[in-house]
Amino acid sequence: MDSRKGIKTALTIVTLLLAAAVIYFGDSHLSRFQIRILNLAAIFVILGLSLNLVVGFTGMFSLGHSGFMCVGAYTAAILTMSPESKELIYYMEPIVPVLKNIEWPVIPATVMGGVVAAIFGVLVGFPALRLRDDYLAIATLGFAEIIRIIVTNTISITNGALGLKNIPSEKSLWFYWGICILTILILKALINSSWGYAFKAIRDNEIAAEAMGVSVFKHKLLSFTIGAFFAGIAGAMMSFLITSIDPTMFRFLFTFQILLIVVLGGMGSLTGSVIAGVVVTIAMEWLRIVERPMHLFGMDVPGIPGMRMVIFALLLLIIILFYRQGLMGTREFNWDWVLDKLGVAKSKERGVS
Amino acid sequence: MDAEKVLSTDDITIRFGGLTAVSKLSLDIYPGEIIGLIGPNGAGKTTCFNIITGVYAPTEGKVYFKGKDITGMRSDLITKEGIARTFQNIRLFQSMTVLENVLISKHVRLKANPLEAILRMPRYTRARRRHYEECMELLRQVGLEDVAHEMATSLPYGKQRRLEIARALATQPTLLLLDEPAAGMNPQESLELMKFIEQIRHRFELTILMIEHHMEVVMGICERITVLDYGVTIAQGTPTEIQNNQQVIEAYLGAVETNA
Amino acid sequence: MTLETFLQNIANGISLGSLYALIAIGYTMVYGIIRLINFAHADLLMVASYAAFYGILVFALPWWVSFLLAIVITTILGISIEKIAYRPLRDAPRISALISAIGVSFLLENLGIVLLGARPKPFPRPEEVVWNIHLGGISFLSLAIIIPVITLVLLIAVNLIVNKTNVGIAMRAVSRDFETASLMAVDVNKVVVTTFAVGSGLAAVGGIMWSLQYPQIDPLMGVFPGLKCFIAAVMGGIGSVPGAMIGGFILGMGEVMLVGLMPELSGYRDAFAFVVLILILLFKPGGILGEHVVEKV
Repeated sequence: MDSRKGIKTALTIVTLLLAAAVIYFGDSHLSRFQIRILNLAAIFVILGLSLNLVVGFTGMFSLGHSGFMCVGAYTAAILTMSPESKELIYYMEPIVPVLKNIEWPVIPATVMGGVVAAIFGVLVGFPALRLRDDYLAIATLGFAEIIRIIVTNTISITNGALGLKNIPSEKSLWFYWGICILTILILKALINSSWGYAFKAIRDNEIAAEAMGVSVFKHKLLSFTIGAFFAGIAGAMMSFLITSIDPTMFRFLFTFQILLIVVLGGMGSLTGSVIAGVVVTIAMEWLRIVERPMHLFGMDVPGIPGMRMVIFALLLLIIILFYRQGLMGTREFNWDWVLDKLGVAKSKERGVS
Repeated sequence: MDAEKVLSTDDITIRFGGLTAVSKLSLDIYPGEIIGLIGPNGAGKTTCFNIITGVYAPTEGKVYFKGKDITGMRSDLITKEGIARTFQNIRLFQSMTVLENVLISKHVRLKANPLEAILRMPRYTRARRRHYEECMELLRQVGLEDVAHEMATSLPYGKQRRLEIARALATQPTLLLLDEPAAGMNPQESLELMKFIEQIRHRFELTILMIEHHMEVVMGICERITVLDYGVTIAQGTPTEIQNNQQVIEAYLGAVETNA
Repeated sequence: MTLETFLQNIANGISLGSLYALIAIGYTMVYGIIRLINFAHADLLMVASYAAFYGILVFALPWWVSFLLAIVITTILGISIEKIAYRPLRDAPRISALISAIGVSFLLENLGIVLLGARPKPFPRPEEVVWNIHLGGISFLSLAIIIPVITLVLLIAVNLIVNKTNVGIAMRAVSRDFETASLMAVDVNKVVVTTFAVGSGLAAVGGIMWSLQYPQIDPLMGVFPGLKCFIAAVMGGIGSVPGAMIGGFILGMGEVMLVGLMPELSGYRDAFAFVVLILILLFKPGGILGEHVVEKV
């Protein structure tokens, strides 16, 4: 149905190969610090994408992302830590026997992190998604806090407020960007499918969507659960990147950073979330400068801890007040646009995916 | 229940707090009819649509569709049973094209699961292609084919109204509820709309229940009319009977006076 | 539990409940008018506390002058937030206004960290306000009496404003129907500003009393009380001033009693409010005194 379909598929494959080459050379040529930041960016891209699915594409204002991330991070950490580390770390209360001798490889543990987070997604979504707008926001925020409080108090499983240390480390760009690119491809395919349109229909006009036969609650729950799944995956990746986690990491503040990515990139644009995820992560690292003491023009300027977050809060306000569309609005990167620019002709008829 | 009736409402009543919006409404609609529901503003007409389509559950009374009790059923399930509607204030999906708006109605007919969709498995792609063709065919029949890939909200007002009807038709209903389809139209446009409604009624073998303020439209195509005033049914009958009904005239004149 | 500790808990519950009630009124009024969770409301508590703190300890002002100044500063800040961050988004999708509210809240909190330091500071307790009272076997702070009394007085004042003054009547009209009220020549902006002024003023009083009761202040001190007071407002029926009062009391009492009766659950103390919120939203979304509004199709 589309005369340029072949070219577009070829371009996509070439881009993926290029990405693989970049990752290959990046892994061997970049410094450990640079790789770490890029890996963090991959995690934030996944978080941005998954929150955008819920907020931007389905129109549900959820503030519970940090909670699902917390679940994924703890699941993956507990599944991969060696029995010896567990014995060492759980000194307040020993870990429950079932979990004691489990020692999974990183990838299955990551998937499991996503699955357990998705289960929590269903449990939270089932009651919460009957609410809308600000009620939904405050209820999901409440659920995220409840999750965090439970994690803090179930010491024989999570080691409570002390957190977990010695989580196996994973440093390769392949792992982080591989999962990230896979997430992009999956979510893009989902958004462009009949289900993606059903989500957008609910966002555009819930009552009309229902009148078209779309089961609103079922689709909201599906979108919310998929969002929770990827938040869990990202949480698991976070455990392997920083190798020590504790419940205070997953405060509401974290959801705020993800929300910034979604709003900056454009609510309802996957491309926007990818760009904003990378930009915000790198900017966040770069802005550490303002929090360190500096030597400027012969003067010693003391570092200002917390300044980064002030800048981000201001940025969020400026975007929402003056530039509500964000970088991309609801537009997406697509080959048609590139090919049009390059002057490659196409036939008139267009297809659906 | 009489299975021959397409729709039958049995003394439906709905109260919001202290306000009775619809009181003991009984409608009986037979296959192929066009029925008008009229009354002054705030008479409870749209509320009545909302009860039939499951947006609200009635406080009392029952709604039967082809003999089946659908009282308080979920909207999307009622759509699946074969009732479709349009909205008084146009409710198109603003982020989508004309074609995509219509395609939404086919989503519920997909047998494939989301995983098959993500992986673009044959069962999904085949169904999707078929739906695409069905929707293009429908757009051709209602004369929106040439704007299929335009954004729905970029269409002129009259075409947006037509798209709302097309979108409802795409759910393959037996009963179509039209909520003020001629609102905001000039006499010429209303006339075209009347022809259009006549056309689709025959082509798609529809039964139609419509709310309308344009009397020339209502009197022109409706076979029977029900008049509501403050939720109460004040008259039922043929257009001629309604035009000569003293109570109806009073309700409307009264409404005119209070409006002025 | 002995009778003494029981009475002690009652006293604690009453003062905590009063504080919640006072702060919840601000949420409920703002929500009633512009249908927005004013996330920044929580941070106004913090601003008021720090203003009072600096007034007393740095500028060596008498405590009551510091308190008054803190209330004035917080009120001005509250009005400014509405003008800058909420008013431009009044016709925007609700999600945008909510994001803006969250943005303001984070800005205030992080500015607090940058300008005031993240480390908690001890809040001064003026002897004229806080002293110990011994009554029979139990001893409690004067605040256990002062806080409920002030809350009651302010509640009566707010009720008088809402029910008896012209601007109060306009307020009720706007909260019923924003558009119609503006068509009826009600000056909506004036109503909104008044609402924010009253709400912020109450938040300031609440913040100062909070700091007297729990004399440690830090830039994030408002977050949890803020969330809980919003929950109290929802519980009482959002938009209803007496509802906020009832919700605040139930929540305060409930929290204190939960910890008092089941000390082993004290780790879950902060979860209690959220569990209550979710139960309320699911089973009685209109709250205790509110009415359930159906969306118009």
